[in-house]
Amino acid sequence: MLNVDNLVVSLRNGPQILRGVSFGIEPGEILALVGESGSGKSMTSLALMGLLPPALAITGGTVSLGGTEITHLAPHQRVRRNCGKVAMVFQEPMTSLNPVLRIGEQIGEAVRVHDPDAVPADRAKELLDMVRIPDAAHQLSAYPHELSGGMRQRVMIAIALACRPQILIADEPTTALDVTVQRQVLGLIRDLCDRLGVGVLFITHDLGVVAQMAERVAVMYAGMLVERADVGPLFRAPLHPYTAGLMACLPDPESDDPLLATIPGAAPRAGAVPDGCPFAPRCVRAASRCRSGALPLVHGGEGHSARCHFPLTAAASA
Amino acid sequence: MGRYVLRRTGAAIATLIAASIVIFAFIHLIPGDPVYVMLGDGATPEQVARLRNRLGLDEPLVFQYLIWAGSALQGDLGQSIFFETPVTQVIAEGAETSILLAVITMFWIVAFGVPVGILAAIRQGTWIDQGLSGLAMLLASVPTFWVGLYLILIFAAGLGWFPSSGFPSVFDDGGLYNLRYLILPSLALAAPNAALILRLTRASMLDVAREDYVRTARAKGIPPYRVVLRHILRNALLAVVSAFGFTFAALISEAVVTETVFALPGIGRTVVQSILRRDYPVIQGVILVIVCLYLIINLLVDLSYRFLDPRVELE
Ligand SMILES: Nc1ncnc2c1ncn2[C@@H]1O[C@H](COP(=O)(O)OP(=O)(O)O)[C@@H](O)[C@H]1O
Ligand SMILES: [Mg+2]
Repeated sequence: MLNVDNLVVSLRNGPQILRGVSFGIEPGEILALVGESGSGKSMTSLALMGLLPPALAITGGTVSLGGTEITHLAPHQRVRRNCGKVAMVFQEPMTSLNPVLRIGEQIGEAVRVHDPDAVPADRAKELLDMVRIPDAAHQLSAYPHELSGGMRQRVMIAIALACRPQILIADEPTTALDVTVQRQVLGLIRDLCDRLGVGVLFITHDLGVVAQMAERVAVMYAGMLVERADVGPLFRAPLHPYTAGLMACLPDPESDDPLLATIPGAAPRAGAVPDGCPFAPRCVRAASRCRSGALPLVHGGEGHSARCHFPLTAAASA
Repeated sequence: MGRYVLRRTGAAIATLIAASIVIFAFIHLIPGDPVYVMLGDGATPEQVARLRNRLGLDEPLVFQYLIWAGSALQGDLGQSIFFETPVTQVIAEGAETSILLAVITMFWIVAFGVPVGILAAIRQGTWIDQGLSGLAMLLASVPTFWVGLYLILIFAAGLGWFPSSGFPSVFDDGGLYNLRYLILPSLALAAPNAALILRLTRASMLDVAREDYVRTARAKGIPPYRVVLRHILRNALLAVVSAFGFTFAALISEAVVTETVFALPGIGRTVVQSILRRDYPVIQGVILVIVCLYLIINLLVDLSYRFLDPRVELE
């Protein structure tokens, strides 16, 4: 369905932020994109949306949806050309809704564009019901400041669904929410994915929620996908030392030790990414050949691959 | 909503009372006996006694204030010493010119400042934006009287398109055609303020364009012009509307200069002449009227702000 092939995003006349990212998403499937903050997850999603900030541009690779290339099209151009649609739920529910427009208007204007035959108010109410906002008819006339963070994020999901997307991107949709609200919103996304058959790109820096949300995982480091796998194999036998490091940082439910492990060092800034493996400076397994040249693609079973000279699982084959 | 209006109106009235005390005290802050200051040294004792009596200067201060404020409430601002007519009449004579000048000036400010600011923001970084922003910077930094003199030089003295001074009432011969007398003065008065509004509109459009909710609007796939009008402009105007109150205050003091440069028979010129003539009742009356206008305009700005921004109600 969605196919991202060797996507490169760069600052205008500057360093690459994404350095050849490839993945695919099928209808009804959730792909989790995991990585530390600053690794390029949000830029990946904005590139797929056709909404990169003016300072950045796609300088290589393609994005196609249902066989149609949409790489350089902004959302309104995609509507005009009637191609497939990608919709997005943003990280920050408190600032992502227009403060001076009623909820109903903000959903309604998306309905008008993507569902010209529907009555905007009726469809908006239907969408609010769909994202389980209680008393939907009444909330249509509310302003964003009258809603809680969790409710606003549901409204954001309703707006995204109003676009009738084939692909829904959720960029750390629950980072700004309380834990209980977080669980409800995650459940909602999982449920909508199953019910509507949309493909979901679920972005998070928290491996902990990946297991309950996604079928497949892609791990991003410094603008590069370092490992891709189904959820089970990834947690059982990660190939890349970075993935293993992220897992070591997860709180252990068996232990009372509140101190979490961390990966020593910090991710390189865009523009200062070293030659060879970007993770080498922080990697305990790194050797001299990690510091220059291309990285081999190693496999650890069906659909499981990583870019590493020294993968953790011996069975991995180049 | 009702409570908001009440609270705002109450605040405006409190400000007016405070301002009226300051305005009233003004006559007593003049060094020396105000009566001699007004009449000059050659005044006869009868004249002094008559004026003292008319101004009520023999009463206790609090009493004097109450009498003055009470009459003002009933529309009586006292007598002009120079004209020997009611102050309200002196003000009324200048009112037509000043009100028309203010209305036409505000029209230029809104009609040029806001759309051109939008244009500069939409074309940010292009030569259009740089040209417009440079022009705005220039206009905002030159004094009104200088713009006025230049306009007179070019369009009145040079090209002869507009008259350079005076303003016959629109109720006299010529009717509305007499408004051409106000074109150059209103342009001079509007120039720096329109430039400020232009820069403010541009800056706040660019600020709002970076907001997350504008990205959300774009993500919906609605046409770009709708993103600009409905999401960016609507929010950017919040800052611009609240600036109109301040613009009005700037207009008042600049109007005094402009009316003098163009020899317009307006309230501004009346103030200047009354100061020179030491016609204190007129000065007090005009200032009181200006304060009232200022408060009313700011009240209207506040209330319209409430309609534009639903969040105000809770604050
Ligand atoms: N507007 C921008 N201009 C220049 N660089 C940017 C901009 N936005 C983000 N970046 C850079 O792009 C990289 C990836 O950022 P981002 O995709 O937001 O990371 P993540 O979402 O994974 O935390 C970061 O190194 C950041 O410094
Ligand atoms: Mg991010």
